Amino acid sequence: MTEVLTLLAGLVVLGATAWAPPRLTRVLGCLLFGLALGVVLRFSIGATGGVLGGALAAGLAYRYLPLLVLRRVVFLVPALVLLIFATTLLMYRAPGNPFANERATSPQVEAALRAHYGVPKNANQFFGIYMRRLLVEGTLGPSIKVQGRSVEELIAPAFPVSLSLGLLALTLSVIFGLSLGVLAGLKRNSAADYLSMGLALVGVSLPSFVIGASLMIVFALWLGWLPVAGWGSYRHLIMPAIALSLPSAAVIARLSRSGIIEVMQQDFVRTARAKGLPESWVIGRHALRGAIIPVVSYLGPAAAAIMTGSFVVEVLFAIPGMGQWFVKGAINRDYSVVLGTAIVYFGLVILFNLLVDLAYSWLDPRVRGERG
Amino acid sequence: MTSNGPERSPFQLARARLLRNRVAVAGALVIVLMCLACVLLPVLLKLDPDHTQPALRHLAPCARFPFGTDTLGRDLLARVLVGGRTSLLVGLASTAVSVVVGVGYGAVAGFYGGKVDEAMMRLVDFLYGLPYMFLVILIMLMFSETARGEMLPVFLALGLVQWLTMARIVRGQVLTLRHQEFVLAAELLGASDLRILLRHVLPNVVGVIVVYATLMVPSVIILESFLSFLGLGVALSWGQLVSDGVAVVNPVRSYWWLLLWPSAFLGLTLLSLNFIGDGLRDALDPKART
Repeated sequence: MTEVLTLLAGLVVLGATAWAPPRLTRVLGCLLFGLALGVVLRFSIGATGGVLGGALAAGLAYRYLPLLVLRRVVFLVPALVLLIFATTLLMYRAPGNPFANERATSPQVEAALRAHYGVPKNANQFFGIYMRRLLVEGTLGPSIKVQGRSVEELIAPAFPVSLSLGLLALTLSVIFGLSLGVLAGLKRNSAADYLSMGLALVGVSLPSFVIGASLMIVFALWLGWLPVAGWGSYRHLIMPAIALSLPSAAVIARLSRSGIIEVMQQDFVRTARAKGLPESWVIGRHALRGAIIPVVSYLGPAAAAIMTGSFVVEVLFAIPGMGQWFVKGAINRDYSVVLGTAIVYFGLVILFNLLVDLAYSWLDPRVRGERG
Repeated sequence: MTSNGPERSPFQLARARLLRNRVAVAGALVIVLMCLACVLLPVLLKLDPDHTQPALRHLAPCARFPFGTDTLGRDLLARVLVGGRTSLLVGLASTAVSVVVGVGYGAVAGFYGGKVDEAMMRLVDFLYGLPYMFLVILIMLMFSETARGEMLPVFLALGLVQWLTMARIVRGQVLTLRHQEFVLAAELLGASDLRILLRHVLPNVVGVIVVYATLMVPSVIILESFLSFLGLGVALSWGQLVSDGVAVVNPVRSYWWLLLWPSAFLGLTLLSLNFIGDGLRDALDPKART
């Protein structure tokens, strides 16, 4: 009960960041930015480097980052902590624990194991130990189920796999989606429009594992052009990336279609035409922006959707990525693996959203004015 | 459509537009047939999805088993139909959960506006960017032993991550309605906030809610199929059947029917639901003239 109250209090604090005045936001944002970067740097270049890097980052942030981004940071860093807490609670609430075996473990042995792995019976205590480990020692802790391995050692080889798959899928979905959507929007109610919107509807309607399985049967089993599953060369990457990208590509196609239709009716496009600019210039220079802006603001959710899909696609194509570790960890109740993968995923999403915010404020003149 | 005169209500106009949209009508027909088939056929034909016949494993579709049999000799037709019950039920029930949560949240945020709105929407924006699969998997785990075979946790888990879009849309609508004259009038007459919200504001948002609820059903079904595919589902569903079909994909022998039928039923249902949702959106769009 107290745990739930803590969670609610955390949410209220998070909401309250909306009330913070610009000055406070700026200072707090820079401090948290420095702290976050310091923790990350500790992983890679050690304690002194981490502290120095963090301080430097805070200073640079104060000078250069726009208020829009800092406001995000003030919200996101506490949110990450809250997420770790919520994940801990949910895991502890789930029946079973990492030390429950088919063979009965004696209470003494279990107590010793719990002490060794830093997994007490109480969720709050675990959270305390985990945060201490993360911030002070700068590590994600040992895996409980994979003996003798730390979570970093498990994630390190899986991270680039998931990242390259995800980025490729995201790039593909933007390229597919944007070209289909712009084409459909410019030639409204033509055959091309119906065809691309039909494709988009199929992309929305089929789960990525159905698309993936169909690709697998056609291109790997019938035609034999690509390897069925696994990981190793770029040829292994093609089918999973396509399967992963189609659902987001479909959404992007619809967004950019309606975006460009709306923009083409705006006054500034008419002005550009009236000035006698060639049509290609009108579209490329003025109208395309209108199509890109809604797509850019969808990129954050798209990245999240691709991550969600990657759980399934990694399992389908037997790809040794982070999604597999998360699913395995969740089923085995390997608390530290679940938290470790979750932190890396959340960190990626947060970073990506910040980049999207920056791109957005650069693209849309209406947002650009807001600096503090 | 000027010949029809001004006597037709907006609702009638919308209905006429919807009925003229052949694709949406076809989609609705497919969904009705699909629901009837999944609910009634297993009872009428006395099909048992769990009856194993080791002698009849991997039968290709034939007269006795129109969809073939699976690895344990179970009738695939029965399994697809019964699995469809789960998928459709999860789609509808989780959508109901998320409509209740999303509409409530969005209406409050939009109605009170200002900092309350900013704080509430900031939370939504944040959750929107998360890979919600994490939360779903964790919530599912929480219920994993207490409720094996019961579907309530699935409804909750899926409903609780899907309400965000609804909250955003309702909030936007309420925000614009909030400052219109009829709301002001109700306020001056001394109506309470709750009454204004329920009697004056929300009825104007119903159209949008219906559209997005329809579009939410397919995405919930997809999410449930993801869970089943990962082995985290709680009951026989299309996702689980597709997963079974993928498991027997091999270069030596093709058991295409194990993958084809569940995928086709799943895809057809999702496609039809999207058609209906798009049709409703076009029909209820106030900008549409005809």
